[in-house]
This record gives sequence, C-alpha cells and structure tokens, in this order.
Amino acid sequence: MVKDLTKTLPVTTSRLNIGYKNEIVVPDINFELGKGEAVALIGTNGSGKSTLLKTIVGLIPVLGGELRIFGQPPGKVNRAAIAYLGQFHSSAFILPIRAIDVVRMGRFPVKGLWGRMDSEDDDIIKQAMKTMGVENLAEKPVRSLSGGQQQRIFLSQVLAQRAGLLVLDEPTAGLDAGGRELYLQALHAEMRRGASIISATHDVQEEAAICNHVLLLARKVVASGTCTEVMTPENLLQTFGVVIAGDSNLHVLESPHGHDEPEKH
Amino acid sequence: MDIFITPFSTNPFMVQALIAGILVAIACAIAGTFIILRGLAFIGDALAHGVLPGIAVAILLNIPGIVGAAAGSAVMIGGITLITQRSKLSSDTAIGLLFVGMLSLGVVIVSRSSSFSGDLTNILFGEIFGVSMVSIIVQLVATVIIIGIALICTRPFLLLAFDPESAKVAGFSPRIYHNLMLFMIALTVIVSFQTVGTLLVFGMLIAPAGSGALLARRIESMIAWTILFGIISVYAGLLVSYHMNLAASASITLVAVIIFFLIFIVQNIRTRGIIKETKTEHG
Repeated sequence: MVKDLTKTLPVTTSRLNIGYKNEIVVPDINFELGKGEAVALIGTNGSGKSTLLKTIVGLIPVLGGELRIFGQPPGKVNRAAIAYLGQFHSSAFILPIRAIDVVRMGRFPVKGLWGRMDSEDDDIIKQAMKTMGVENLAEKPVRSLSGGQQQRIFLSQVLAQRAGLLVLDEPTAGLDAGGRELYLQALHAEMRRGASIISATHDVQEEAAICNHVLLLARKVVASGTCTEVMTPENLLQTFGVVIAGDSNLHVLESPHGHDEPEKH
Repeated sequence: MDIFITPFSTNPFMVQALIAGILVAIACAIAGTFIILRGLAFIGDALAHGVLPGIAVAILLNIPGIVGAAAGSAVMIGGITLITQRSKLSSDTAIGLLFVGMLSLGVVIVSRSSSFSGDLTNILFGEIFGVSMVSIIVQLVATVIIIGIALICTRPFLLLAFDPESAKVAGFSPRIYHNLMLFMIALTVIVSFQTVGTLLVFGMLIAPAGSGALLARRIESMIAWTILFGIISVYAGLLVSYHMNLAASASITLVAVIIFFLIFIVQNIRTRGIIKETKTEHG
C-alpha cells in the first residue's frame, strides 16, 4: 500500500472547482504537486486558500473537475498519509492537556484506534518538539501557553505524523522571527525526507521562496507557476491590491520582489 | 470513628446505597469528563431532564422505568439531531426546545394521576436507599460498558474535543464518535436516575468533573480526580443524610458542589498569593 502511494503524485488537479454547497469559490484549478515538492497558495482572506486546503484533506466535497491525492479521490486516501494544520483550535484553551499530549495526537492517524504507542513514537514526538524548539514546554498545559507557543506545538503535531503530504493553513500565524526560521528549516527537512507540502500563506517573501510552485488566488487562479514566474507586480496587484487595499499586506505592492524584510505593523 | 463506619456496618441498605452511589460516581466521572471537554453540558442537562416523560409513561404502563428513560433519551437525541441537521438553528436552540418540551410533557403526564406524586419525587430525586440488587447489577454492567467505550474511543474523543476537523482528517468520523459520546452520556443518565434522580444526576455529571478540570493537567488525571471526588461525595453525602436525616441524593450532590467551590476558592487564593509574591519580589 505504502509502496503504491510513493509511485503516484501526492496531489493532481484537473479543472478542479472548489467551494461550499454549490457556490464555487475558485473555478478551474490545475496544478500538480510532486514528491518532495512544495506549493504555496497566496491570497488574501476569502481568496479560496483555506477552501482548497479543506477540499484536499476531504473536509468539503469537490464541486467539479478532478482532484487526486496519491492517485485517489480525497477521503479515500490512507489517513496517515495526510497531516493537516487547520486555522482554529479554540478549544485548546479549555482542555486540561499538556503540550506533549497535543503533539502525541499527531501519531493517532498512524496508529488508529488500537495501535500501541512505542518508544519509536516517543522519539518521533520528542524530535518533532525539538525541531520547533518547544521540547522544554512538553509538560506545560497547553492553555497556559502563548499563541505563538501554541502554534509551534500544533506544527510539532503535524511533524510528528511523518506524513507524505503536509497541508498547512497559515502555518506561520502568530510565530515570531525565531519560530518562522525553525518552521522553514522543518519544511526543508520534511521535503528532504520526501514529504510534499501545500501551504496557504500571506508570507510572500519568506515562505513562497522555498516553494517549487506558487498559486496566486483571488477567488480565481490569478497565476500559477514557479516563484519567479508568477511573482510579478501585476499578478500581486491583482491578488492583493484590489481585494483589500489598506491591509498590512500592502508592503507586497511596494516591494514585489521581496528581498527586504517585511514591515511589521 | 464510629460515626464514619457504623452506619454502613450495621445497615445493609446503607452498603447497597454506597455501592450504587459509587457506580453512579464512576459512570458520571467518565461521562462528565467528556461532557466538560466537549462542551456538552447543556445536552447533558437536557438529557437528564428529558427522560422524565419516558419514565412517567413506563410507570403508567407498568414497565421498568429504565426502559422509559432509554426511550426518552432516544427521542431527545433523535430530535436534537433532526432539528440541527434539517434547519439553520444551532444545536443549543434545538436542545433547549426538546428540553422544555420533554420536561413539560413529563409533568403533564404525571399531573394526570394523583397517585403519581410519590413517584414524581422518586423520579426527580432518586431512591438511593431503595435500590434493588437487580438495579445494582444493571448499573454495574452499564458502568463497564461506559468504561469500555471511553477506553476504546480515547483517541477519537480526544481529537473531537481538540478539533472536530482534525478528527475527521485523521480518519475518525466526527459523527460516529460524537453519537457514541452522546450514547455514553445517555446511558449514564438512564442507569443513574434510579439512584440519584433525574434532577440530581446532572449534578453528579458536572460537579466532580468540574473539580477535576480545575486540578488536572491531563485527561487521565482529570478522570481519576473526578472519580475520587464523586466517591467522596457519595460517602460523605450518605453519612450526613444518615446522621442528620436529610435527603440522601441531594446531600450527595451538595457535597460534590461544595467540593468544587472549595477547590475553586483555594486555587484562587493561591494564584493571588503567587501574583502578590512575584509583584513584591520584582517591586
């Protein structure tokens, strides 16, 4: 089974329409994501990034066209193969669980209902927390951690799954500069391991730079291709400028090639 | 020392009450922990009260109350699911509607017959001193089932409490496991009402688990604390009720609630103390 998975592409789409309850949010999406590659989805809030990610992990149905994950329709894929980081974890603040318990959940899709956790799992969990620099927070209750620390814990959970496809929605939200650096290193390590990554981001300068492929979304596919191909001032204006002028993302328009540090607001 | 032991060593009915109460405490600890983790307090409350018409009809038809309670909770859960899925109303509106509807229906049925008034008190407050061996065995079986469900479903229940979307992506159907959790809560209510009554079973679901949630850092320890507080409440409640001739199940629930507030107050004083200390250190 696992052998078969590695032979097929992690994600392929053809004339894919995505959206909610028959309302198409983004039509006609075409891209492929190969093994060990990364694709960045870039767009404003409401541009369709999260919708695409949710469709890929099988949370919402495909509205039209074709989507294959490791050669299978979403929802039919071996669950251990996909690790998903969603945007909201509101209940994490109430639960009496420690940080390490949250990271441990990353092993659940691999182990299923019954599978016993062994020392190898413990090592993977520890390693994942170390990668995100939160190994010293392992015993702390999650509800006592700051937003940025929680985000690092959630990312550790994703890393602990050792999945073939990582689907990340705003992974750098709330992270400080150090956290972002660790996150980018972790992405590189995951790609070297052979994992593929699809992430939604505002972080044009840093994150898109490590991706092999960039999709600019604004309720349609504005551009799709390599970073240098699609990151033109015209495309970025179409993606960001019109939709929410005045947002802090405006710095994108001022330095579209992105070698400067993004301004902090 | 005698006042703590003699009531149980000399009265078989007290021992039976203690056993039944401990089984209620264990079942309620497990169901209550997940009620608090998943934020299902309102549905727990509604289930506890919504079984009333079922029990009343069962008494009218002369069949075991537990069967009526099971039917009542099935109607509750079914109705809530139907309204939530087929309308744009949120689940708390659906729960509230079914809650008052079923409670009123229960009272209407009960009010038809004057011989019911004694039964009504028993339904609402339980009859812990009149628990039969058969009920204890039924309760034991139910408690084992509840422990079994909680053990088997720990991972999906945890994911569901953490984030239902991540449960789904991880391959655990949120619908199936949510319904299993509701079944576990309903089973607890159904088998516990004879002992502590429909009004007070909710107290046993919420109060010990609330105390556990204040103290615990992890779910396993939360369940352990909750069981401990539940058993202490049962024991102390029975003892107080025996010596002071007070209503037993209400005494048990009251002890459970008092434990919660004691922990809450001590914890708050300690936190304030720590804040004050750090302020003086840094000041």
